[in-house]
Amino acid sequence: MNKETKFTERTFKSVGTRPVRPDGVDKVTGRARYGADYDMPGQLIGLMLRSPHAHATIKKIDTSAAEQLPGVKAVVTSKDLPDLTDGDTDLKCILENSMARKKAFYDGHAVAAVAAVDMPTAKAALKLINVEYKIHKHVTDVDKAADPKAPVLHKDCFTKGVEPAPVKPSNIAASSEFGHGDVGKGFDDADFVVERNFRTEQTHQGYIEPHACVASVSPDGSGELWVCTQGHFVFRQQCAQLLGMDMAKLRVTSSEIGGGFGGKTHLWLEPVALALSRKANLPVKLTMTREDVFRASGPTSATSIDIKIGIKNDGTITAGEATLRYTSGPWKGSWAMLGAMTAFACYDLENVKTTGLEILVNRPKTTAYRAPSAPMAAFAVESVIDELAGKIGRDPVAVRIQNAAKEGTQSSYGPVYGPIGIGPTLEAAAKHPHMSAPLGENQGRGMACGFWFNFGGQSCTHINIDIDGTVTLTVGTIDVGGARASLSLVVAEELGINYEQVKTVIGDTGNLGYNEMTDGSRGTFASSMSAIMSARKAIEELKQRAAMMWDVSVDEVSWEDGHARATGNSNLPPLSIAEIAAGAGKTGGPIAGHTELNADGAGVSFATHICDVEVDPETGLTRVIRYTVIQDAGKAVHPTYVEGQFQGGATQGIGWALNEEYIYGDDGRLQNPGFLDYRIPVCSDLPMIDTQILEIPNPNHPYGIRGVGETSIVPPLAAIANAVSNASGVRMTHVPMSPPRILAAIEEAETTTA
Amino acid sequence: MSVLVNSTINGDNVSFSCDADETLMDALRNRVGLKGVKEGCGTGDCGACSIRLDGALVCSCLVLGAEAEGRTVETVEGMSNGAELHVLQTKFLEHAALQCGICTPGFLIAAQTLLEKNPSPTETEIRYALAGNLCRCTGYDKIVRAVQDAAVVMKKGRKK
Repeated sequence: MNKETKFTERTFKSVGTRPVRPDGVDKVTGRARYGADYDMPGQLIGLMLRSPHAHATIKKIDTSAAEQLPGVKAVVTSKDLPDLTDGDTDLKCILENSMARKKAFYDGHAVAAVAAVDMPTAKAALKLINVEYKIHKHVTDVDKAADPKAPVLHKDCFTKGVEPAPVKPSNIAASSEFGHGDVGKGFDDADFVVERNFRTEQTHQGYIEPHACVASVSPDGSGELWVCTQGHFVFRQQCAQLLGMDMAKLRVTSSEIGGGFGGKTHLWLEPVALALSRKANLPVKLTMTREDVFRASGPTSATSIDIKIGIKNDGTITAGEATLRYTSGPWKGSWAMLGAMTAFACYDLENVKTTGLEILVNRPKTTAYRAPSAPMAAFAVESVIDELAGKIGRDPVAVRIQNAAKEGTQSSYGPVYGPIGIGPTLEAAAKHPHMSAPLGENQGRGMACGFWFNFGGQSCTHINIDIDGTVTLTVGTIDVGGARASLSLVVAEELGINYEQVKTVIGDTGNLGYNEMTDGSRGTFASSMSAIMSARKAIEELKQRAAMMWDVSVDEVSWEDGHARATGNSNLPPLSIAEIAAGAGKTGGPIAGHTELNADGAGVSFATHICDVEVDPETGLTRVIRYTVIQDAGKAVHPTYVEGQFQGGATQGIGWALNEEYIYGDDGRLQNPGFLDYRIPVCSDLPMIDTQILEIPNPNHPYGIRGVGETSIVPPLAAIANAVSNASGVRMTHVPMSPPRILAAIEEAETTTA
Repeated sequence: MSVLVNSTINGDNVSFSCDADETLMDALRNRVGLKGVKEGCGTGDCGACSIRLDGALVCSCLVLGAEAEGRTVETVEGMSNGAELHVLQTKFLEHAALQCGICTPGFLIAAQTLLEKNPSPTETEIRYALAGNLCRCTGYDKIVRAVQDAAVVMKKGRKK
């Protein structure tokens, strides 16, 4: 990595302030354009036909009647999306998910699509498509799918990652192992061992904006795609590959995005929209209904986790072991692997072993959901650590502090940590007034920790110094919640100018080199690193121009507070960025700075959450009455938006812990594909969410920035479970802890005691 | 079958034609061009399409376009007074009460309706008044604070 990206201590002027975001006014006045808000001239309306069966062979699709309906301009099936994936198995899964080929693998799997002049015609056309199915036995439950007697989704699925390779196909697509030491010895050394199974149900990212795009493919082979996405460069690459188009000829523009949380990192309907447009030779708008979003776009995994942890009377955790089964939908994912990597990442353990098993089920294809896979693993680990602390009569925070990972610890997933925040977040929790506040009847307090890797990756940015001295920063990472404000602050800081002089825009795929997605909490980390480098290049150019204007050597020019200063000649008044830019035409043309880099060293992230709940012993209803998030941000560029990430992630975790779950019927159909029956937290469910930002600089970023977006969803499941346990005396091992589950646990405990 | 609808939208007399079974949400978005009316669910569960019909807060996805005949429609596009933002709009920006912003138009309309009925709501009253609007980004904390702050400023404005 470029040594220029290393952290150096500095006093900030812009970074750390809280200005209004540049895209704000558009968003409070209805001007901002999201996925479904854009229309192309002459566009058609697209609609998808989806399988009503959880598992069925498609024997025949007859589209002739639909094609003959006046106003229908194109009907596509998998035949219109030939397999061009050329051995790329991940891309093949995306293709098979976009449009079912031989088999439909879940309730909601797309089987055909139409494009017509208007919505009523498109709806009528869907009814004319005749699909003949042969229905197979299905499986939606994680443990049942892992059973050798389960119906097998793919006859060619032999578990990867085990020796010797199995000879029989199964739904266990892959196994991965992590850890070090000798867990057997560790358990022998323990004074107490707790072993339990934990289950979590499938949840959805629940972004309020359904997927939407407008695609246009013209006869010359060029195309445009307007789409709500977390990564338009990735979408372009994958769509071009799937459609057999030249990447340079497909221009993808990201709309404003109405929430993603990982769910908009994946192609769902975009290849189909392009295929429809290509066939109809007209632009096509294709959107999902809310029901489509639930049935056919990326929920998270449902899990079943066997866990065993041992502890000594002195508080030392001697060993941790976990087998984590994660559903990945009908195709292999890396979700159990991520669970196995993150499970024990908060702790400094001598003996640790985790095994992740990717389980195929007849449910929609799993995709990332904020710190994907970490919340479920943390639910199991953090619940058992609390229980063990109780067994040795110690405070759960103190036990965690004693075992917390620190700089130099070999993590449970391999790497050795640099400076990290788990210890400091725990110390801050111990001192927080929330920890010692009194509790009422039926109330309990819980806490838990969480970890996320964070990610850097490929980034490309461009800075233009405009002739009036204002500055445009163009980035290729989309803004999910204030990134344009943060990146403008960073550029203002580096150039020494006011925030108001900088405008950050998101370029389309024709403007910049490849940028990875806004995922892995990388958006602000990676794009700010690239923006700082771009600004530094622009400063070098500005100094050159000032030297020219003064007719001095560039070595005699310094840059300070947005001005060039002649260091050797105090008679020359400083030149402002506007003065230099105004003369750019005479000193060599436009002034700009450009950077492409691979942002390494994202800097791992830790959080500790504290939560108070009240459990109604008669109904089992649980209310969160106080909640505190403490997390390391490295450096909070725009603290209000950092708080927002903490609060939003915690709230999603609260929903996951208490309400949200996919409910499948015996017929394999999703029974609650709407916000009425899949209940995300509403305003009246919640208290204020308090936050405390810690700043332990990331040594690999010039300003010390770490990603902040994801970790906040990791601790809530366990924090709430621990609070429920303290409030009601029952240890909940199944999420969501809905009223019937809590009531059943309370009644069972009463029966056992009686 | 198309119907011709005459209504007052954000203070202007507007005529549009729409299908008889078309929702007011679709008509406002696709016939009138008011894209600030957002579709999050189409079933009245998320509040993103909230508008006011003769002053009453409604989900425009649960109203037919034809029902707007002779009635007054208010959307987020009509909330500011020219370039001067409504206090709620300003406070949403200052408090960062939006992250992605897709739910914001609906929240603003719901909050405006609340504050007109109840200029000094408690936190609990705000939370219940906004419970029909879903936000997945913020955890509602900053939205509630923005509405609280706006209420204070609007009250001061009335006293002057």
